[in-house]
Amino acid sequence: MVLITMKLSAWNRAELNERLSGSGLTVHTGPFSARIRTKISSVVDGIVLLYADYPVSDGDSFADFHVALQQPRGPRRWFRPQVTFHFDGVAPFKPLPLAQALPLLEWGLNWCVGNHAHQFLLIHAAAIERDGCAAILPGPPGAGKSTLTAFLVHNGWRLLSDELALLSLADGSVTALARPISLKNQSIDIIARRLPSARMSPRCKDTAKGAVALLRAPHESVARSGETAQPAWVIFPKFRVGSDGRLRPRSKADTLIEIGHNAFNYSVHGKLGFELLSQLIDSCGCYDFSYDSLDQAFATFDVLRPAGAVTRAASA
Amino acid sequence: MRSLLPKLLRRPEGFACLTPDRWDLVIRQARQAGILARLCIQLDDLRILKRVPEKPRGHLEAARTLAQKHARDVRWEVACLCRTLEHCDVPLTLLKGAAYLLADLPPARGRLFADLDILVPRSRIDEVEQILGAADWVSAVTDFYDQRYYRRWTHQIPPLRHIRRRSVLDVHHTIVPPTARAPVDAATLATESLPLSHGGRLHILQPADMVLHSAVHLFNDGEFDHGLRDLLDLFDLLSHFGSRPAFWETLALRAEALSLTRPLYLSLRYLDRILGMPQPCELREALLRWQPPAAAQAALDALFDRALLPDHASCDDYLTGTARWLLYVRAHYLRMPLHLLLPHLARKGFRRTAAADEKNDRRSRQAQIERLLRLAPSRSDDGSHAQAVRQRH
Repeated sequence: MVLITMKLSAWNRAELNERLSGSGLTVHTGPFSARIRTKISSVVDGIVLLYADYPVSDGDSFADFHVALQQPRGPRRWFRPQVTFHFDGVAPFKPLPLAQALPLLEWGLNWCVGNHAHQFLLIHAAAIERDGCAAILPGPPGAGKSTLTAFLVHNGWRLLSDELALLSLADGSVTALARPISLKNQSIDIIARRLPSARMSPRCKDTAKGAVALLRAPHESVARSGETAQPAWVIFPKFRVGSDGRLRPRSKADTLIEIGHNAFNYSVHGKLGFELLSQLIDSCGCYDFSYDSLDQAFATFDVLRPAGAVTRAASA
Repeated sequence: MRSLLPKLLRRPEGFACLTPDRWDLVIRQARQAGILARLCIQLDDLRILKRVPEKPRGHLEAARTLAQKHARDVRWEVACLCRTLEHCDVPLTLLKGAAYLLADLPPARGRLFADLDILVPRSRIDEVEQILGAADWVSAVTDFYDQRYYRRWTHQIPPLRHIRRRSVLDVHHTIVPPTARAPVDAATLATESLPLSHGGRLHILQPADMVLHSAVHLFNDGEFDHGLRDLLDLFDLLSHFGSRPAFWETLALRAEALSLTRPLYLSLRYLDRILGMPQPCELREALLRWQPPAAAQAALDALFDRALLPDHASCDDYLTGTARWLLYVRAHYLRMPLHLLLPHLARKGFRRTAAADEKNDRRSRQAQIERLLRLAPSRSDDGSHAQAVRQRH
């Protein structure tokens, strides 16, 4: 029902500018499409860089989310300029400094999914895939989850999502969103050094929290975003100097509670939410994972096998 | 495109053959109007839902899931309220959404609930407010002017919010402002209420009063964020009760007894104009008696034909904003004398008190999601982690 034309990279800059500043450009990311409107040049640059591989459509099509990034009228257009995110004509957040316009687009798109996509059970976690099996990586901010995800998806794993794991209500499989990965502070330098060929947006200084940059998702992850995966592992990663890089089994009961706290719409789904998470935890190996280098983490993840094999490798 | 949604609601079989761009508009308009979940249920009842294309169907079903959660929450809130008030023997009447839900009436299907509305006798309202205050319900209105406004000019105390659950409770003492041209004696309402289960603690208004309350809320309160939804409530209530013997006669007599014939007239008029619901022949003569002069009718049509559409850019024309504002002023005019209305409007401007509070409420919920998504590292984690990572790599 959607008229998919071609990848964004096939459009020239003038056409993209015209579309974005006019009726909008519809970008398809996994199961969702977002019609984006903006005249802000840093956002247009960011879209060209980060969304080059994604299908876009225009004209008479359905878009799941209608979003816009605009500068306000009045003094804040010029004096310490600001940017506002709009969802179908309503601004759900306070304005941010204009320099953060591109991260605001990403946060806003995550908000759209988190607030509306109750067709899925939404967990605040990264998710990566190999051989049809998904590892779900929940974790608090600052634990090193995005750094780990960014590295692994350029070394053998496929990106399903950086922020929002989408679980099917029907069979618990994970659907790929495959959007750009958000990196903060020192992660930006580390990943830039370890993955010199990976494309990254300019660094945005966010005075409250440090710097933010967005890493483009690997080509293959985007190309294969229609393939789902069955969850096999729930792993809570944490960077800690001196770690031995082993997977430590954790209590499934604790994991269920922790995942519930980390789910956007667990309570929306009520009893079904509980049953889905229970099935998830039952069918997955649940671990805490401390690592002290990306190479160490890669080695541990490399020997991951579904169910019994993992225990042997982790305790070796 | 302005009337796309009402036209489809009049002929729902049209939903089965919409093009993608039409679906795009329908979903957005219905979401803004607060009727996305209701639409899902309606299409399911008509066995059309499975034929809706995957993407719009996903949004419809997601909305229905959310509405089901709201219904669970409201039942829980009502149970908590009964427990809180169990020792004082105040008769408690549920109004609007909570009444529809607990009484299993059609407007409850697919409903999103913003707050809980109850009615208690005016003589007991201070006592109830005190008991609720001791049970962690605090005033959601902090501005002194707004506090005084509610207590002086409206039929409720300022909205209360529960500290932990964040739910909002409106405690009414009648169904129209006491300063209205025709104030409604709440004692009249109470004697007509119907007991529900819950050990006889809870009541709802009798059908005619329920309809009149819904009508006066829509046409006299000046809030049209969910105007189409409120009109559909009336559609559902009248469709449900209309087949009961003597309902229309009772409704007409009640409207005249409570001096609420104008809101009832407007309800029936706009149910016909917007949703194609034929006016009942039982009320033909009464409607002729109640109808306003032609000039007033034309003015009201110009205003309500616009204000009752979804509050969405695709439904607006150049007069919509003005129409909504004029109806807001009209609602206050029905409530306050002119020499007080003007300073009140000057103070409030275009901002509507309830809407502003609702926005603050929504903001604080959004802030929570926002913090989650932005993954703000705490200061201590950030410092030590950053240092260690720098050394390592």
